[in-house]
Amino acid sequence: MSDRLFVGTRKGLFDLRRRKAGWDVATVHFLGDPVTAILPGPDKNFLAALDLGHFGVKLWASEDGGGHWEERAAPAFPAKPEGGDDPHDWTVKAVWVMERAGAVVWAGTLAGGLFRSMDEGRSWTLQRALWDMPERRQWMGGGAVHPLLHSIAIDPRDPDKMLVGISTGGVYRSEDGGASWRPGGQGLYAEYMPPERRGDPVAQDVHRVIACPAAPDVVWCQHHNGVFRSTDGGMSWQEITAIKPSKFGFAVAVHPTDPETAWFVPAVKDECRVPVDAAMAVACTENGGRSFVVLSEGLPQRHAYDLVYRHAFDIDAAGERLAMGSTTGGFWISENGGASWEALPARLPPVACVRFA
Amino acid sequence: MPRVAFTGHLRRYLDLSEIEVEGATVGAALARVFERQPKLRAYVLDEQGHVRQHVSIYVGGSQIVDREKLSDRVGAGDEIYVLQALSGG
Repeated sequence: MSDRLFVGTRKGLFDLRRRKAGWDVATVHFLGDPVTAILPGPDKNFLAALDLGHFGVKLWASEDGGGHWEERAAPAFPAKPEGGDDPHDWTVKAVWVMERAGAVVWAGTLAGGLFRSMDEGRSWTLQRALWDMPERRQWMGGGAVHPLLHSIAIDPRDPDKMLVGISTGGVYRSEDGGASWRPGGQGLYAEYMPPERRGDPVAQDVHRVIACPAAPDVVWCQHHNGVFRSTDGGMSWQEITAIKPSKFGFAVAVHPTDPETAWFVPAVKDECRVPVDAAMAVACTENGGRSFVVLSEGLPQRHAYDLVYRHAFDIDAAGERLAMGSTTGGFWISENGGASWEALPARLPPVACVRFA
Repeated sequence: MPRVAFTGHLRRYLDLSEIEVEGATVGAALARVFERQPKLRAYVLDEQGHVRQHVSIYVGGSQIVDREKLSDRVGAGDEIYVLQALSGG
């Protein structure tokens, strides 16, 4: 079980430790700066992506487990070809997710670029095979002006097999380490689209896509229109209609070894985006989505307007500890698979991302 | 030579001070600054070489016009002032 959590917020990176008295903030890094993505790693190599707003996206690295940090290169696009009709900006507006496969680090960004680093963030390469797909021209912003590549699922058995999720743009699968991609997403549907486009894989607003590490063909997806599950690595999907108390949300946690078990943080759909009845709740299934239990012990049940963003929910490698942070700085940790929760004794800035170390 | 000054906010991230550099345009002058301070470039310009959306550059008290190619002219006695727009919270 992990005794350490990194929490990226609107105002800095919070290093949480579990001690005898419980969880608490041990250290704060980058106080005042928005931290959009964090990537703990082996050998105490950690990466943190900052969005300085005025001064752009920055990437910082630590080689001593988060004590000392140094600035490295942020992912950046090559020069945009002059002329043409490309509708998208070729600028990285934020790093939204980072994942690791051995010595390779992948970064998903706003506005849609997938980047790879082979040297712990000292240099990055735009993955042109995905960026140059004709489908990319149809990607749109989902809640933002620009499309967002927010999910990168790498098959632990074979890191050449990858699935990425884009809001909005659907899911794309590569079998060759990113050299080529094909759209997945059969079975997803988009209620917000014109009827003839509702099943279009490229029009899907997937909010978060996570594969089970021990059974990576099983993928869970919180979509704008509901919860879906795939058993073929994201190519085809089945809707999970048993989710409650609502089918809208952003965050997903998947058990590291049991592909039947996953957690979601439902909210009132679309424009409202607050907990149902203003009561914080986590929905858990242990049978592949056939049924859910709503877990709320220890969570605020009255006048709670916390939304949990897509990366602000994590599970530790043992599959027992869960942690989530909210847009209003609420933070809760469960040590028993979500059955009960404890609030962190701190008032955090708005939480963007949560990762167990 | 034009003098280049920076918002104090930038000094939170980089060790900067006012410097005089050669250059007949904003772009040419800043290029000289970036030679001395390579990290500064990504704080002021995006990867397309355009002035970042929330950064403003003034020459002689007026905002520059060309935020993409930085072609505004600067004179020997001008001050180029790089500051952040007052947004965020």
